[in-house]
Amino acid sequence: MIDDTLTKEMLASKCFEPNEELSSKIKLSRRTFVQMLGTGLLITVTQGVSLGQRVRSRSRQSITVAARLHINQDGTITVMTGKVEEGQGPRAQLTQAAAEELRVRVDQIRLVMADTDLVPDDGITAGSRTTPYTVPAVRRGAATARELLARLAAKQWKADISALNVHNGTITNWTTKQTITYADLAKSSDIAEAFKQTIPSDVTLTPVNQWEALGTSVPRPNSRDIVTGAHRYPSDIVRPNMLYGRILRPPSYGARLESIDLSEAEAMKDVVVVRDEQFVGCAAPSSFRAAQALKAVAKTASWKTISHPSSKDIFSYLKEHARKGGRSRPRTRGSVDKGLADASKVLSETYEVAYIQHTPMEPRAAVAEWKDGKLTVWVGVDWPQRAQRDLARTFQISTEQVRAVVPDMGGGFGGKHSAEAAEEAARLAKAAGRPVAVHWTRAEEFTWAYFRPAAVIECKGGLDAKGSLIAWDFTNINAGGAAIDTPYNIANTRILSARSNSPLRQGPYRCLAATANNFARESFMDELAKAAGADPLAFRLAHLDNPRIRTVLETVARHFDWPARRNKVTPELGVGLACGTEKNSVVAACVEVGIDRRKGEIKVHQVCEAFECGPIQNPANLLSQVQGCIIMGLGGALREEMQFENGKILNASFASYLVPRFKDVPKIDVHLINKTDMPSAGGGETPIIAIAPAIANAVFAATGIRIRSMPIRSALLKRL
Amino acid sequence: MDATITLIVNGKEKTVITDPRRPLLDVLREDLHLTGAKYGCGEGRCGACTVLMDGRRALSCDTPVAKADKKKITTIEGLADGDCLHPVQQAFLDEGAIQCGYCTPGMILTAVALLKDNPQPSDEQIVEWMNGNICRCNGYPKILKAIRRAAAQISEVKKL
Repeated sequence: MIDDTLTKEMLASKCFEPNEELSSKIKLSRRTFVQMLGTGLLITVTQGVSLGQRVRSRSRQSITVAARLHINQDGTITVMTGKVEEGQGPRAQLTQAAAEELRVRVDQIRLVMADTDLVPDDGITAGSRTTPYTVPAVRRGAATARELLARLAAKQWKADISALNVHNGTITNWTTKQTITYADLAKSSDIAEAFKQTIPSDVTLTPVNQWEALGTSVPRPNSRDIVTGAHRYPSDIVRPNMLYGRILRPPSYGARLESIDLSEAEAMKDVVVVRDEQFVGCAAPSSFRAAQALKAVAKTASWKTISHPSSKDIFSYLKEHARKGGRSRPRTRGSVDKGLADASKVLSETYEVAYIQHTPMEPRAAVAEWKDGKLTVWVGVDWPQRAQRDLARTFQISTEQVRAVVPDMGGGFGGKHSAEAAEEAARLAKAAGRPVAVHWTRAEEFTWAYFRPAAVIECKGGLDAKGSLIAWDFTNINAGGAAIDTPYNIANTRILSARSNSPLRQGPYRCLAATANNFARESFMDELAKAAGADPLAFRLAHLDNPRIRTVLETVARHFDWPARRNKVTPELGVGLACGTEKNSVVAACVEVGIDRRKGEIKVHQVCEAFECGPIQNPANLLSQVQGCIIMGLGGALREEMQFENGKILNASFASYLVPRFKDVPKIDVHLINKTDMPSAGGGETPIIAIAPAIANAVFAATGIRIRSMPIRSALLKRL
Repeated sequence: MDATITLIVNGKEKTVITDPRRPLLDVLREDLHLTGAKYGCGEGRCGACTVLMDGRRALSCDTPVAKADKKKITTIEGLADGDCLHPVQQAFLDEGAIQCGYCTPGMILTAVALLKDNPQPSDEQIVEWMNGNICRCNGYPKILKAIRRAAAQISEVKKL
C-alpha cells in the first residue's frame, strides 16, 4: 500500500488537496454519455456509475458489466480501465486479464485506459495495486460477461448452459454442434440489457493451472507505435490553434512574488500573459517565444524570500523537527527495554537516506482546452479521476465539466501523482481562449515536482549470550512506514514511524520508505551478525520464519555461490546480501562490488536477485520490472541525492544529478519464482529494496568501513 | 530576426521561417508536428531528442535550427521503409526492449548511427556509444540485447 499520509501531505499544496467531501456532495448524475471510439464503435457509459466509486470502495467495485467492457460487432472487445500506462506493463497485463476470462485471443481486446469520459475509476496507478486489485476486477467483469453471453446462447438454443463451451470468442453446444460468436450475439438487443448487470464480487475466476493468456509474455500492445514514433505522449498532444505556455517559478522555495511588470511581454506579438496573484504565465505560438516572454516578465519580478535549511544539515534538521505521539505511536511486541537490559551485547546506530528524485524521462506535461464551458485536459498523471476532481474544484465547475485523459506516458515511478501542469495549462487556456500546452523543463521537474523523502533511522539491537537477537528498537524519522516492520523473529520489538517537518515537498517513489527502512534494517542485521560472530546469511536464516523470504534468500545464495564467494573477499572485492518483503512480495539479492580506494570508486560487478510475487502473470514484463528496479536501485544506493541550499536545488540537471547509464549496468542474474498457490502480487517496486543494503554490506565486507548513509559512494569517499 | 531555413526531413524538403536560435527539436515538434523526437533535458545529456543529421546522430535539443539548414534530417517517423521496420526498430520489438518507451526513438536512432559506421560492434563499443542516452525505466539490459540482435541481423543480411 502506498503511504496515504504522505500522499495527502504531498497533495496538501493549495490546489491539489484531496477533496472527498466536495466529491461526495456532487449529486450523482445518471446522464448517459455516448461516445464514439476508434473505428465507429458505439459505447455507452453511465457516468454516474463510475462516479459512484470512491477511494475506499475501490476494491469492492460495484460497476456494471457495460461500464467495464463492450462487445463489438467485428468480434473485438473494448475493455475500459482507469489505470494509466507509464511503462510498467498494465496495458498488456489488463489485456491478458480480460482475454483470459472471456476466452479470446489477446489481440481481440482493445483496452481503453484513463479517460474520465469513458472508463470506470480504478483508483490511482500506484502502490503495486494493479495486479492484486485491478487485474481481478477486470477478470470478474470479463468472466461475468462470458457467463452472460453463454446464457444468451443457451436461451437462443433452448439448451442447458452446462452443454456449452467457450473458446476463442465462439460458443459451441457440444451436443448439437451449434456455434455462435460473441460478435453475432453482440447484434442482439438482449446483450445491452444483460450488460446492465452489476459485476458480482464472487465470480469464479480461471485457476492458475488453466491460464492461457495470463502467465505468458504478452508484449505491450502498442509497442509498434512506440518504435515508429506514432504514439502520442502527453507532451506530444497538439490541438488546433494551440499555444505553448511557460510558468514563472519563484527563485527559491517559499519565495513570494511582491511585484512584477508584465508590460514588455504583453506588448509582444501573439503573446498572452496571465497573472492571478502568485500565478504568472505566458503563452505563445512556440515554446521558444513563450520562454522569451517569460524572461521579459521574470527580470521585473521582485520576491520576498524566506530562510530554508540546506541539504548539508538536513539530517539534524529532520531529527530536531521529529514529531512523536498522535498517529505515530510505536508498534511493540514484548518489552524492548527489558530485552535490551537482558542483552549481553547492545548495538546502537543511526542511518541516513538522502532525498532523491524520480526524474521520469518525460517531465510533467499537459494540454488544456476549454470548449462550451467544458475543460478537457491531456495530462501525464497517475489518477485521471482525481485530476478531474481537483480541476473541477480549482475552476469551480462540476466534475462532469472536466474530462481528463492520460495518454500512455513517459515514466512516473510514483512521481506523477499530481497534475500541476494540467492546472497551469487550464489557467492559460482560459485566459487565451485557445488550447495551451504546458511542458515542464527538466530543471522545473527537478525543482518543483516532489521528492522521495529523506530519512533518519535510529536502530538499537540486543543479542543474548548465544548470539540470538532478542531486542529490536527501530525509528524512522520522516520517510514513512512502508516495510518498517521487521520480518525477523525477535521477542521484543518497538517500531516507530515518526513524522518530521520536511523542508522539501515529498511524496511517493517506487516502493517509497521500504527502501530506506530495508537499507537500515538489512545493514543493521549485518552489523548484528558481525557482533554475533555469525555469517550474514546464517544469522538471517536463524531469525527468519517466513517461508517465502527463506526461499528467495536460499535461492539467491545458491545461485551466487554465497559461502565460497564470501571466503574470497579481499580489500578490493566485497560481497554482500540483503532480503526483504513489501506489498506481499519477497526479494533477496547478493552483490559483488569492486573498490578502487585511490579514486574512492565503488563498481558494482554483479547483482544476483531472486524475487517472488505469487503466480507470474507476464514473465517478460516482470523480468523488465525486476531489472529496472535493480538498476534504478543502484542510482539511489550509490550516487543520487538532492543537494539544496537557501531554498535552491543545486543539482537540477542530468549533468549534476547522476542517474544510472549504460556504463553502470552490472552483470544481472534474475531468478523469478513462480509461486502458484496464492493470489498474484505486484512486481514493479519491491525488487528495488534489497539493492542498497546489499551494496553497503559488500562495501563493509571489503573495506571494513560501515557506510550508514545513502547514497553510499559520497559517504565512502569521505572515509577512505 | 526570423530566418528562412530549409530542412530535408525524412526525404522531404521543408522550409520554415523562424527564429534561427530555436532548437531543431522545437521546430521538428512544433512546426513540422514530428513529435517522435522527445524533450528529456534540453541540454544534450539524455539522448531522447536524438535525430540523424546527414546520417550522423545529433542532439536536436542542443542544435540551433540554423545549424540544420540544408541538412538531411531523419527522425524516427522516417526510419521505417513503409510498413517494413528498420532492423533496429524490429529488434526493439522482438526483445521487448520498451518500458515507458519515451527514450526509445532516441535509443533506436543512436543505435542506427552506431551500426551504420560499425555494423559489428563489441559490447564495450555499444555501451560506450550508447552511454549518452538515458532510460529512466532502466531497461538497459533489454536495449543492449536489442542492439546486439539488430547488429547480428544486419550482418546476416549483408552476407546474403
